[in-house]
Amino acid sequence: MRKLLFAAAVSLLLAACGSQPPAPEQTGAGAAGSAQSAARNGAQSQAVSSDKLDMTSLAALKDPRSILSKRSIYFDFNQYVIKDEYQPLIEAHARFLIANPTMKMLIQGNTDERGSREYNVALGQKRADVLKKALQLLGVKEDQLEAVSLGEEKPRNPGHDEAAWAENRRDDMLYSGEY
Amino acid sequence: MRQTLFRLALTSLAMTLLGLSAPALAQLSIEITGAGTNRMPIAIADFAGDSVVSQALTAVIRADLDHSGQFSLIDPGATPLSETTQVNYSDWNSRGADALVTGSVTTTPDGRYETRFLLYDIQKQAPLGGQAFISSSAQLRATAHRVSDFIYQKLTGVAGIFSTRIAYVVKSTGRYELQIADADGANAQTALASREPIISPTWSPDGTHLAYVSFEAKKPIVYVHSLATGRRHVVANFKGSNSAPAWSPDGKQLAVVLSKDGGSQMYLINADGSGVKRLAHSSGIDTEPRFSPDGQWIYFTSDRGGSPQIYRMPATGGDAERITFQGNYNVTPRISPDGKSMAYIARTDGRFQVALMDLATKQTQILTDTSRDESPSFAPNGRMIIYATEINGRGVLATVSIDGSIKQTLSVQAADVREPAWGPFVK
Repeated sequence: MRKLLFAAAVSLLLAACGSQPPAPEQTGAGAAGSAQSAARNGAQSQAVSSDKLDMTSLAALKDPRSILSKRSIYFDFNQYVIKDEYQPLIEAHARFLIANPTMKMLIQGNTDERGSREYNVALGQKRADVLKKALQLLGVKEDQLEAVSLGEEKPRNPGHDEAAWAENRRDDMLYSGEY
Repeated sequence: MRQTLFRLALTSLAMTLLGLSAPALAQLSIEITGAGTNRMPIAIADFAGDSVVSQALTAVIRADLDHSGQFSLIDPGATPLSETTQVNYSDWNSRGADALVTGSVTTTPDGRYETRFLLYDIQKQAPLGGQAFISSSAQLRATAHRVSDFIYQKLTGVAGIFSTRIAYVVKSTGRYELQIADADGANAQTALASREPIISPTWSPDGTHLAYVSFEAKKPIVYVHSLATGRRHVVANFKGSNSAPAWSPDGKQLAVVLSKDGGSQMYLINADGSGVKRLAHSSGIDTEPRFSPDGQWIYFTSDRGGSPQIYRMPATGGDAERITFQGNYNVTPRISPDGKSMAYIARTDGRFQVALMDLATKQTQILTDTSRDESPSFAPNGRMIIYATEINGRGVLATVSIDGSIKQTLSVQAADVREPAWGPFVK
């Protein structure tokens, strides 16, 4: 985490100095200018390097080669502890949000279908809150994040077995324009 | 009531946003799965007068009493009997009837119907009273329910719930409808239709409004919906999740669960969405608040002790007291109208079932033999509980008497039904 914060600080510093690629940049991508900067980023990453992806560009959010295209983390039954295996993913999204401070993220917590609907709204909220807190600890600003719960109401897998339930105990990360 | 629902349908047509409100196509159908052991034998004679109207009326009265699980119907014979007919007590006694209802339906000069009836105690050889109603043809069903309420009240000493309504959510593919129907499942009307989930409908104490949670904005938001106008307003839409509305007994406030300050915590808010104030602070989950009928307590579910259990705290704030101790999953507290018992969902060996606790003795009883029970809701007379469960993979509603003996299911073809809420007595 210390390393990550350092990297984030460096990227902010570079952005503030108006440095040029290849260092991470485009921290000024606002809501209004995001389409423009996304286009610029896309063009740059193509021009600079066709196989090296800029991990703070908006294009990286949807590029299947990018870890940022992964948007879900999964939980054990009745648990709201983030498993270690998701730490790199969370750190990547933290870096992106720090590099793009006008981008916002909606974190949606979900549960499997067992038990009370309202209790599951609260359980999904716990799952969303822990991810929000993890991102904040990595330096993301609170006002970039909203943690909400969909409870058991929006299952990704409509089945009624353990495999389906495991898929539905989940946080999803959505960025501005995706919700 | 019908007029209200009709207005509801009309005004809601204007709500193009969600494309709302029409008579629901799919009606609830009732199946009786368990009856009381001591059913009182009663004969409901065909009423004198217009035979078609009489048949319609008496069919509803008979179905009401039969579905209550507390009466068995004695064949009344084919001869209509008016309330003025002399009753042959020994004849009815030999047919096995303990009670008899006779009556008539006549057309008034302005084209409405006058229904009169008399209830008799065959054992005591005495009339127990009767009533007269004037109704339009559209109100005949409601009239029949009021006759049933009178009979039930006279013979059991408990107020009938045949004129009450239930709210529930029907889910079909990609569509959620908040519906309101008569307690017997008839006259289903859609109050709200949405592509996103609707949960936790709950009736205002006067039966004029429903509070509920809608996910149409990709997050849970609490609304209050006027049944008379079809209009609704946001009560709680703070950053984070907004859910689990519960009316205070005076109808002026709602307890809600908000995550705006971190975690799922309970707040009080005025019914117009103003004046939010926090009720309690805990590090874990606090949710599913419910007021006791006297307004003194708020019962709720919390995982502060490590597993979800039911607690209560003074409605004005203060220390919480744990109520459930058996098992490691007890949720969704609902206090009976007399304040003496609590229905809730208990998980035992992986089964989620409706349980009933006597709040004075803490004695508990599992009332159901289903295993995916949710959302219990007391009938306003406290004698029945409606809840959601699953049968053959489909969401259905079910009712159970508080002694566990009388059981029914209410289902809709090709759709899931869930989130029932039993409305208050109709004034």
